[in-house]
Amino acid sequence: MHAVVRRALATVIVVLALPAAAGAQPGVGVKAKTGKGLYAAYCLSCHGVDGSGVTSTSHPPGVLDVHGLGPPLKGVGALAADFYLTIGYMPLADPHEQPRHTKSPFDDREIAALVAYVASLGKGAGVPHPQPQRGDISRGLSLFTEHCAGCHQVVAEGGYVTNAVAPPLHQATPVQIAEAVRIGPYLMPTFPASQISDSQLNSIIAYVQWAKHPDDRGGWSIGRIGPVPEGLVAWLIAATALVGCCLVIGRRFQR
Amino acid sequence: MSALRRWAIALGVLLLGRKKRQPRFADRPRIVPPGDADPRAEWLVLVLLLFAAAAAVGFIVVYSFNHLAHQTQYLGLALGLAFACVAAALILVAKRLVVTEELEEDYPLPHPTTQEELEQLVEESGDRLTRKRLLLTGAGAAAGAIGAALVVPALSLGPLLDTGGFYETPWRRGVRLVDEHGKLLLLDEIEDGTFYTAYAQRADKELLGSPLVVVRFEPSQLHLPPKRRDWAPGGVVAYSKICTHAGCAVALFRKPTFPVVEPGPALICPCHYSTFDPTRGAKVIFGPAGRPLPQLPLAVDSSGVLRAAGNFSGPVGPSWSGVRSKAPRNAS
Repeated sequence: MHAVVRRALATVIVVLALPAAAGAQPGVGVKAKTGKGLYAAYCLSCHGVDGSGVTSTSHPPGVLDVHGLGPPLKGVGALAADFYLTIGYMPLADPHEQPRHTKSPFDDREIAALVAYVASLGKGAGVPHPQPQRGDISRGLSLFTEHCAGCHQVVAEGGYVTNAVAPPLHQATPVQIAEAVRIGPYLMPTFPASQISDSQLNSIIAYVQWAKHPDDRGGWSIGRIGPVPEGLVAWLIAATALVGCCLVIGRRFQR
Repeated sequence: MSALRRWAIALGVLLLGRKKRQPRFADRPRIVPPGDADPRAEWLVLVLLLFAAAAAVGFIVVYSFNHLAHQTQYLGLALGLAFACVAAALILVAKRLVVTEELEEDYPLPHPTTQEELEQLVEESGDRLTRKRLLLTGAGAAAGAIGAALVVPALSLGPLLDTGGFYETPWRRGVRLVDEHGKLLLLDEIEDGTFYTAYAQRADKELLGSPLVVVRFEPSQLHLPPKRRDWAPGGVVAYSKICTHAGCAVALFRKPTFPVVEPGPALICPCHYSTFDPTRGAKVIFGPAGRPLPQLPLAVDSSGVLRAAGNFSGPVGPSWSGVRSKAPRNAS
């Protein structure tokens, strides 16, 4: 509980304090400069000056005395920046935490500015434009089963790997899915075009979009995570109801 | 018209007509204590049974539709309702319409004479047997052999006697690596941060010893055992894709984006989360697996194609007693 409170407090403090620091940056109005200002306020402590990265703890503390740690951003391109910012993985309160899907503290304009700034740091891939409407859901299912379901579960409910959580994909947009496949955020492997082509990716995205609202023929989906919860429901609810029935209709034998 | 009237009368009689049954044993004294008729309960049972019939008909109606939203649920509801009504009707009959009585009977006392007689009977029946022990031995032999005959076919289920097939792999020096579509794996096309499934060229993909998981690292990241120094050309390592615990496919690759703060790279089996470190010869770092994934030594030929430089470092597949003392063999 303490950790949760502490994290919440830390987030509040960062969110409250940092816009002040951002406001101190001059030249608001020009897109790239705004991006640079936002970067200085929110990202620099961990990702270093001009996206050079902070890869050792001996690095001097950054803004607000934060001891940051983060990978270099030179050459990651608009694709990675757009993914991490729109999904709310960044800014991350504690670099040792697994990033989670959260609402971004930035508005769309600020995200666009930051993405443009990070993209300007080096040559990298642009934001992809997947076309799931051109994909094929059944082909997507077989590709998803082959490449993704091991961690993300077959209807994209998410799962576990040792030491981390593979997130569910309910909230992921087509662009975010396309980006994640190419960059492999956190502990996910990357899937270059030689592994999953753009047209295969369209099918995978089409399937993930379908899997957000699958056709639950059986009725109650019970989390769609397989036979264990279904068995629990059958045994705990149905068996309890049956025993209850027996108690109601039966009569205790009197000696 | 008259037919209709007769039907109406028949229905009326069926529904409204009540008649006390004529007792068949009127001349004898009653055994079961007399009880009152319960017309309300009878009505209720009738209504419940008709409900059950209606629900069953409803099932047939729903079933006859080709496409209906929530069809499965309606089917279940109809059938469940039918069964529930029948059950309720039966409960009602048992509790309200049929006489129930609890009786208790004392356990009979043993009869000493009968007991002795029985023992004598058994004793004298065996008079004709003069080689009792020999016959018993014979019966034991027959029973034992028949029992063994029943059990022996079960040996086909497991590798108790013949485990040779498990150690056969299609890999030997020079065998090329191909992907699942049969395309050759080239060293230059293997990217780091991702993982590949590879098979032996021109071998059955279903063979336990065929599938590999191939990953690439910076050569400086690899810490293979000294004997395996040259097993990873260009930092490409290959391990058997079959988990050494229960034989599932090792389908998960954990790849840190920022290794400074994130858990290191790992190959993980999704069945029981056995976790292997691919940079250290697939050493087990977590989970129930008892030994590392067998590693396949790799080499690159002049055209850049990945080839095996020998057979696996250990036996492929799930573990059982004595597995560590075995070595993989080439399938003939």
